Amino acid sequence: MNTPASSIGANSLRSGPDARGRFGAYGGRFVAETLMPLVLAVEEAYRDARADPAFQAELDAYLANYVGRPSPLWFAQRLTERLGGAKIYLKRDELNHTGAHKINSCMGQILLARRMGKTRIIAETGAGQHGVATATVCALFGLPCTVYMGATDVERQKPNVFRMKLLGAEVRAVRSGAATLKDAMNEAMRDWVANVADTYYLIGTVAGPHPYPMMVRDFQSVIGEEAKLQMMQAEGRLPDAAVAAIGGGSNAMGLFHPFLDDAAVRLIGVEAAGHGLETHAHAASLSRGRPGVLHGNMTYLLQDEDGQIEEAHSISAGLDYPGVGPEHAWLHDIGRVEYVAVTDDEALAAFQLLTRTEGIIPALEPAHALAQVAKLAPTLPRDSIILANLCGRGDKDIFTVAEHLGVSL
Amino acid sequence: MSRIAARFAALVSEGRGALIPFVEAFDPDRETSMALLAGMASAGADLIEIGVPFTDPMADGPTIQAAGKRALAAGAKLGRILDMVREFRRADATTPIILMGYLNPILAYGPPRFCADAAGAGVDGLIIVDLPSEEADLIAADAARHGLDIIRLVAPTTDDARLPKVLAGSSGFIYYVSITGITGTRTASEAQLAAAVPRIRRVSPLPIAVGFGVRSPEQAATASRVADGAVVASALIETLAGDLDAEGRARPGTVGKVLAQVRALADAVRAG
Repeated sequence: MNTPASSIGANSLRSGPDARGRFGAYGGRFVAETLMPLVLAVEEAYRDARADPAFQAELDAYLANYVGRPSPLWFAQRLTERLGGAKIYLKRDELNHTGAHKINSCMGQILLARRMGKTRIIAETGAGQHGVATATVCALFGLPCTVYMGATDVERQKPNVFRMKLLGAEVRAVRSGAATLKDAMNEAMRDWVANVADTYYLIGTVAGPHPYPMMVRDFQSVIGEEAKLQMMQAEGRLPDAAVAAIGGGSNAMGLFHPFLDDAAVRLIGVEAAGHGLETHAHAASLSRGRPGVLHGNMTYLLQDEDGQIEEAHSISAGLDYPGVGPEHAWLHDIGRVEYVAVTDDEALAAFQLLTRTEGIIPALEPAHALAQVAKLAPTLPRDSIILANLCGRGDKDIFTVAEHLGVSL
Repeated sequence: MSRIAARFAALVSEGRGALIPFVEAFDPDRETSMALLAGMASAGADLIEIGVPFTDPMADGPTIQAAGKRALAAGAKLGRILDMVREFRRADATTPIILMGYLNPILAYGPPRFCADAAGAGVDGLIIVDLPSEEADLIAADAARHGLDIIRLVAPTTDDARLPKVLAGSSGFIYYVSITGITGTRTASEAQLAAAVPRIRRVSPLPIAVGFGVRSPEQAATASRVADGAVVASALIETLAGDLDAEGRARPGTVGKVLAQVRALADAVRAG
């Protein structure tokens, strides 16, 4: 399903990263020496796997028969009518097994971990979607799994915590910092450094040291590859705009990457503005951050003038991260992707709008993308097309939403 | 000759290794950490590492994480830490000072300006935990221009094929991370050290200091005998943290307790 690297020309925006794992100035491998040999081993193993047709065939079979790919492309007719502008299509990655796009990359990485002979899996999670997807593939292959999750997120994502435990994973609540995704990632890296021989770190987003941003992007690009074909089948042309939410940025990268060289397609990444960009309570690292190094890569970060990392805020645990994948940082600088931000309140409104117009309860993460669609669609002509990535379902968020709507469950 | 090279050369003629204690700047406040810094050399420190706090210390265990948190709350900033070194240098012109921390605060300060200011303040070397040799060009030229040593980390996972690459361009000394793990957790055995150190010596003539998991006077003596120096951090911070009052402030005897521990470590290192 992935476009072979060999078919992408040097002038393509899809040719990165370079040999140092850089997208422009961003990316790289900023990890302690103890981890460096492991990171290089993952890179080598992935390079071999990527070139091995048998690996891709095995992955494709799991994606088709276990994950349930391809996910449908849905013309959201009532939402389109309600907004009164562009036609809106939804890429239904919330219909994947486990209810989000995260499983695409987990499937690829667990096959890689097995190929490398690793016998223990660790992961970090914010909303719990990546943790659930990781716990799921570990159950499928009978591998022990430890998921690090900020204690704040454990509290606000209880259903996913229980799901992970049912799947046999050990969930370790992390209490350092603000006890959210950033802190969970620190703790996962500390685990990895202490368990180098047998452990594979299954990173959930397009961040971390090279090769993770590239590898997770490749595994998630199935979203955009499918959507491109499906748009051609449905409309005979590509969309005018593709919209996706961005925390670390894996669902957006997966949607955008196959479209990067299609200059006529506007690509719009939606960050979490939390309580508002003018406050300090947001997670908009591209809109309000500046470049620095955290978690193994150089990228845009929310940080103070001394280079200390600031806490992010979003109603959506999956977007509550003070950094962003390095390829997004590069695409931001070169202007290929537009990065905007929507607030908690706008995301909540879009959550309800989609639920009532289409009978689809979205996760709060894609609700941010939908909020941007709701702003954009009315400004475009009726024959234009917007493609939005519905990267997760909202079952996990009903408690958070109920609380914000003043409903006690 | 740099202060670091001069100190190791002097220790060779004394026939012993170095004790390198660690103090987290601004933990729990500037005054206490300054008193520790000022008192360490006369308590027997041969070189001193100053920890630069960072919000996300990924290679550190709970002890140094907590120290960093206290330090940041007390107002630790890179510029203020350089002020501490400047103050230290007024009284001590010879004991080498090494800053140990993470890359992002240095990036925020700006590597060229940071290297100039650090050298001007009297810093001798930098240990940047999340800057592997592959990325070292980000600061190497600025550091060299100002005579700052970039001290490379070698880990048990660094194999023989990789070692020359890691050590190319290193200066000052080599920091051997003696365990796979975070600070303040496991301890390497003497046999493990005895196997690891010659592996590094075959590749580099630089002195080797052993860190991560060196806690007791006996362990410090072993590490400095098998290698050329022992770094002790978490064990000293535990003493400090254990002596703080309910509000997290140092007591009148806190500095003395930590320095007494430095003295005990130094005595063991000197006895070999």
